[in-house]
Amino acid sequence: MKVSLNINGRQRQADVEPRKTLLDTLREDFLLVGSHAGCEHGICGACTVLLDGEPSRACLMFAVQADGYEITTIEGLAPAPGELSVVQDAFCETHGLQCGYCTPGMILTAQALLDRNDAPSREDIVEAISGNICRCTGYGQIVEAVEFAADRLRKANAPREDVLQAAPADPPHGGRK
Amino acid sequence: MKPAPFEYVRPDSLAEACGLLAGDEDARIIAGGQTLIPMLAMRLARPTRLVDILRLAELRGIRREADAIVIGAVTRQVEVERSDTVHRALPLLTKALPWVGHPPTRNRGTVGGSIANADPSAEIPLVAVTLGAEIEIQNPSGRTTMPADEFFIGPMLTSVMPGDCVRAVRFPVWSQPRVGTGFHEVSARQSDFAFVAAAAQVALDEEGRCLDAALGLGGVGDRALRIDVSPLIGKAGAQASIPDIVRAATEDLEASSDLHATASYRRRVAAVLGTRALEDAFADARARGARSADGAVQ
Repeated sequence: MKVSLNINGRQRQADVEPRKTLLDTLREDFLLVGSHAGCEHGICGACTVLLDGEPSRACLMFAVQADGYEITTIEGLAPAPGELSVVQDAFCETHGLQCGYCTPGMILTAQALLDRNDAPSREDIVEAISGNICRCTGYGQIVEAVEFAADRLRKANAPREDVLQAAPADPPHGGRK
Repeated sequence: MKPAPFEYVRPDSLAEACGLLAGDEDARIIAGGQTLIPMLAMRLARPTRLVDILRLAELRGIRREADAIVIGAVTRQVEVERSDTVHRALPLLTKALPWVGHPPTRNRGTVGGSIANADPSAEIPLVAVTLGAEIEIQNPSGRTTMPADEFFIGPMLTSVMPGDCVRAVRFPVWSQPRVGTGFHEVSARQSDFAFVAAAAQVALDEEGRCLDAALGLGGVGDRALRIDVSPLIGKAGAQASIPDIVRAATEDLEASSDLHATASYRRRVAAVLGTRALEDAFADARARGARSADGAVQ
């Protein structure tokens, strides 16, 4: 079956069997191998992608079901080649990864949480990543990474007092990041 | 972990979907796929054809009616979890939803899917049985309605026939001004299957006497069960000996036994969690009364 998928802002086509999961299609047809195949039955969260901004298991959806969604993979987060997103950078800074297998899923899950809530409590973070298994870190540094990223995003989005006072009219630059 | 081949169809209407299902008894409905796809991956299910109903607009949405909340079968669990309408009119369902799977599976999993799957430890069927919800079913010859306790007949077994499709779930809304709810669950780890889950809802009058009470238990036996707690009616929370009433009502429960929990453990936990859920529901209802006396909403 022919499918046309919106992946990281680009419309891409593939010809797949109905039984091919979105995960295998991303990895094999589009060579987006940042989405990892772990358990392949919805337990581990290594294959997490965002569908319309919401974390979802790419192994629990067939590619033929995925048309019409905005699909975001880990490859779609960085603002430019060679750069890291705020959340990716926070994971590096706090050593929020060891072997790295769960990391793309963790980062996308964290990104979705922070898009909805830029001041999550520790419980919010733990609940958000409760569907993602990490066998290396013990989760402590992952939670720290999300807290750190939240702090940076809040500060990046906060109006700067000095700029506000100096220029009471429109701020010089809009934009979220 | 790759499913066996199947044909995939996405009909444009529910009538067309029912026709496809009736014409092929090895066809299966797929909606959110959060339970079906693992079963396909492990080849525990090998349907010839998947009929995708997820995008049928006629099956989507949360509707407030005079005495009920009607939730379309393909409404995603996350939409119910975040719905203000459900939170106001059906707080027991809002309380139960965080226990359903985990956040990514709730993003895709549907209410109708959980109902049709009929896992004995699932929370949405438990709330449906506790409150006496009705399941609306579409079949090739028309539409029927079935009470939840007739719909669920065993583990992963329901009364739906080939060619039937769950259309919506109609949860009754209690009209008394002071309604309180409680929900408790024990599982091996966060978001795993419940060994025991207890859901309770009570309505109190102005003096704090119980007008109506419902208690349901999931995970204990082969399907969610409504427990008779009618001895509570007419009593105030303090006089009603909730632990005694729950213990008496759960003494002879048929409980299942497996690697994780024995039948006697499940029965014991059922009495404890049932008591806690009812006590929470009484406290919640009393607090609502106090708040409305202050003039605040609810």
